[in-house]
Amino acid sequence: MLVEVLFYVFATILIAAALAVIISKNPVHAALFLVLSFVTSAAIWLLIEAEFLAIVLVLVYVGAVMVLFLFVVMMLDIKVEEHRRGFTRYAWLGWITAAVVIVEIVGVVTARRFGVDITRGAAALPAAYSNTQELGRVLYTQYAYPFELAAVVLLVAIVAAIALTTRARRGLKHQDINLQVSVKSTDRVRLVKAMGTKAP
Amino acid sequence: MITLAQLLTLSGILFALAVAGVFINRKNVILLLMCVELLLLAANFNFIAFARYLGDIGGQVFVFFVLTVAAAESAIGLAILVVLFRERRTINVEDLDTLKG
Repeated sequence: MLVEVLFYVFATILIAAALAVIISKNPVHAALFLVLSFVTSAAIWLLIEAEFLAIVLVLVYVGAVMVLFLFVVMMLDIKVEEHRRGFTRYAWLGWITAAVVIVEIVGVVTARRFGVDITRGAAALPAAYSNTQELGRVLYTQYAYPFELAAVVLLVAIVAAIALTTRARRGLKHQDINLQVSVKSTDRVRLVKAMGTKAP
Repeated sequence: MITLAQLLTLSGILFALAVAGVFINRKNVILLLMCVELLLLAANFNFIAFARYLGDIGGQVFVFFVLTVAAAESAIGLAILVVLFRERRTINVEDLDTLKG
């Protein structure tokens, strides 16, 4: 009973936060509402016993991705009111699409063809069940190659983000490794024949 | 107990709101990226719900990968956005019509 009440509270907050994300005027407010919706989703994931992913959602999304979003929003100097012109121009299309998506999803849910009774709660997990342990067990055996690929994707993201945003500044003094390596002794040392003078 | 129908309805509403957001925020690329994050969150909800109710942990592994790819996507997307703003001094979608698409 308590779980259901909590679920409805969190679901209400989540939907309100998502609505605020899409209609708020200020991108900073939108980013903060997105943080709220991620934290609330993590709470709901805790309720359905996906503990590891709930923590990862808070750590990775709220801790890293949303901070990056806020950083970029504040770094770019965007005028707020400029972006609100044309708000209502596409709003009807957006709401119609949303209504169609909801109707479709309700149709699928009521068709009940998932091989599972969707109107009943899941069986309770045993007390010694560790979500993290189970996830790690399949992640490092059955899904080992996808796991490595995910690491490569992250590496590509790092390299791409740095390569895109870095820029060469003019007038900066730096080493030219190629010149340094290919230097010859004649470039550095000049042999001078010293002309001695005879002592009187 | 939370039923699967409740979770699917919640994720459906979330997905629909995010789709509406993509249409509404046609001007600002940052808000478009945020709406994409909401879409991915709604999809993750379904993965986790089915992983729980079908008793298959593979769904949660997929959410793990979706989170990874989404983090990479937003990092690269924001990097492109920064470069774009540096070049054009705007991130308005309607000003970015060089290709005349």
